[in-house]
Amino acid sequence: MTTTSVPSSESWLEVAPLQARDALLGLLPESLHWIASSVLAIAVLVGAFGLMFAYLTLAERKLLGRIQNRPGPNRTGWAGLLQPFADAVKALTKEDIVPRDADKVLHALAPVSLVALSLIGLAVIPFGRHLVAIELDAAVLYFFAAGAATELSIFMAGWASRNKYSLLAAMRALAQLISYEVPLLLSVVPVVLVAGTLSTTAIVAAQGGWAAGFWPHWHVLTPWGFSAFCLFMIAALAESNRSPFDLPEAESELIAGHLTEYSGFKYALFFMAEYFGMAALSAMAVTLFLGGWQAPLGWLEVLPSYVWFAAKLLALLAGFIWIRATFPRLRIDQLTRLAWKFLVPMALLNLANAAFWSLTAGWSGPLQAVRWAVSLAAVVVPFLLLSRSLFSGLGPRVYRYAPS
Amino acid sequence: MSLAFLALALVCVVTASAAMISRNLIHSALLLVLTWIGLAGLYLWAGADFVGFSQAIVYVGGVSMVVLFAVLLTRRQRDEPLVLIPEAGVGRVVAGLAATFWVAALLVPAMVVAPLVQRAGPGPTLTVKRIGELLAGPHLVAVLVVGVILTVSLIGALYLAAPVTAEDQPEWDNGGTGRDRGNQEEPS
Amino acid sequence: MIGKGLLQGLAVTARNLVGSYHDPDRYTTIEYPEVKPALPEAYRNFPFLVAEKAEDPLGTLRCVACQICEKECPPQCIYIVMDRDEKGKARMKPKVFDIDTSVCMSCQICVEVCPFDAIKMDQVFEIATDERFNALLLHRDQLAKTNTYFHQIHPTEAAEVDARLAAEKKAAEEKAKAAAAAKAASAKPAPAAPANPTPPPAPAP
Repeated sequence: MTTTSVPSSESWLEVAPLQARDALLGLLPESLHWIASSVLAIAVLVGAFGLMFAYLTLAERKLLGRIQNRPGPNRTGWAGLLQPFADAVKALTKEDIVPRDADKVLHALAPVSLVALSLIGLAVIPFGRHLVAIELDAAVLYFFAAGAATELSIFMAGWASRNKYSLLAAMRALAQLISYEVPLLLSVVPVVLVAGTLSTTAIVAAQGGWAAGFWPHWHVLTPWGFSAFCLFMIAALAESNRSPFDLPEAESELIAGHLTEYSGFKYALFFMAEYFGMAALSAMAVTLFLGGWQAPLGWLEVLPSYVWFAAKLLALLAGFIWIRATFPRLRIDQLTRLAWKFLVPMALLNLANAAFWSLTAGWSGPLQAVRWAVSLAAVVVPFLLLSRSLFSGLGPRVYRYAPS
Repeated sequence: MSLAFLALALVCVVTASAAMISRNLIHSALLLVLTWIGLAGLYLWAGADFVGFSQAIVYVGGVSMVVLFAVLLTRRQRDEPLVLIPEAGVGRVVAGLAATFWVAALLVPAMVVAPLVQRAGPGPTLTVKRIGELLAGPHLVAVLVVGVILTVSLIGALYLAAPVTAEDQPEWDNGGTGRDRGNQEEPS
Repeated sequence: MIGKGLLQGLAVTARNLVGSYHDPDRYTTIEYPEVKPALPEAYRNFPFLVAEKAEDPLGTLRCVACQICEKECPPQCIYIVMDRDEKGKARMKPKVFDIDTSVCMSCQICVEVCPFDAIKMDQVFEIATDERFNALLLHRDQLAKTNTYFHQIHPTEAAEVDARLAAEKKAAEEKAKAAAAAKAASAKPAPAAPANPTPPPAPAP
């Protein structure tokens, strides 16, 4: 956490984390403060997200169960609340099997590097008004630079396992990353364009305030921002290898792909990395589009900012789980086609839309309505045209033998 | 010279050398990625945040994928050792030495002449906005030329890779429409 | 329009999620060890021996130790020894009747071949034990269950069996009565003879 002085005008809940940090640092000599502050930030991040990972696995199983009309795990502890720890004990006590012909170094390195890479992106997320581990001028760039190497780890895992399925998974992971890194970054550019900065704290600060007293200045509540948010979330699903884009670990066709030859704790590390990646991308989406730690309404600011951030983050994560429960997996050609023929053109048009929005920032009165109408049309018309041209004649299917 | 610089330089040099020496192409490619990460670290050390992170995104996230794809798709057997022709001819040796000489002739004077910064400076106060303005203003021609070159090379690659005749086209490729008509009845 | 189908799918799963909390038609899970499932009447596995009286199950077995089921059993999991008195005369009931449930495949052939309706299919499925051999080998006293129990688990079949047995019994009784009557009719002349006025002996020729 940055060593900003504690403002006195805010509620004690808002500044409680800072005061706790200062109290802890006060126990140490002055010369150790710089490193202790960093270690503390790392420990809090890893601890909080580790706990969130544990309960996210439980929440996912519970939600998936309810969506399939069954209760989900409910035996270990009250309502299954100890299930993550039982799973952890199981994973830790399992035998660690390494294939004889595997590339031993890469095989062991892959899960570790994957977890590390998916964690370091969290450093620049502003979790609350005063809660950001590192303030960087190019924080958005840092985040995506940190996340860029995750699929390399999946490639390492797939290649080092010396298994056909794993190698196929490695190839798919590469193809997926190449396809989806482009729309992911292109959907972020409009936000950078309008906010005029790459710093995450500044982007969140730019989304503060309300239009007409009730309409938050969140980017998602503008036409271009909504479009960019949708594109970002689709690309984020693909980046974090989540269903319906979980081709690298397709259980039903690749018998879990790059995870085939992993067992025990290394397998658990892959899961951990998947959830960390998901949480990091969702946190970035909250920061870029959903107003970060800003409360939706003025009088709701009685709750501290980090509560609002957590609420938005958990809502997005629940959305990930909901989507996983609903959609079947795409084929690899459908996946790349969706990226190149739909997401990338939409993202490029959206960039122009955001440029228009940024140029017309001074319009007011009836011109404001014109601004909204033009921006809305710039999203809806290309969407309809693109979907018409890409998906015409594809459905509904007529089955010759199956009864309709 | 600061410790950080020495460590980063060591990472770059060691991984780059290992990438050259390694007989395993995948290992070489992954070590090359490490080199790029080290270079990104050097940019960061020098205070060029934007360049450092861009280096990481473009090279670690993008170019590495292309390199790995090329390695995986071209070599038939990934375990087959590289064939070294034992009787390297005189011409080969001379060509190698000449290439080494030219690279050295370019690099060594530059290294000798350039003043070595003792420690990272205060860092250029170049914001992203300013970089954008510079790229879209005074350096617009360079950006456009680079863009044209990249587009041309992309089209060239497509021309080389695309199936030209009907025989080249694999059977399963139904023209890229992706329409699976296996179980579909034509509406009458 | 692209996305319509996706939204419809999301709506379906959301309805399931909400419905599973208030709609018993959606939430069909039975939490098994605490709540026992209601088994369908046709569910059957592992045979048991039908006894007439609860107070003396072993004495009132319908089984006569004819060993037909032992011979018909495909995996040969039934073992029967006839009970005999000191002279070696069969008592028409089993001294030993064992079923090895680790071998039994619940094929119901023993039930179908039994001429006495003495062996029927049970509904037990909680057969996990902590001992592999003896605990899975069921003896006569474990297998004997009353006809009332049979009525509880398979009411239709039990009623049908009871009706048939009663009809057979009645038929047997009537037959016996008829036989007795016939016997009586045929035997009547002898004891009745004195009743009739005996014609005076013919005068000696």
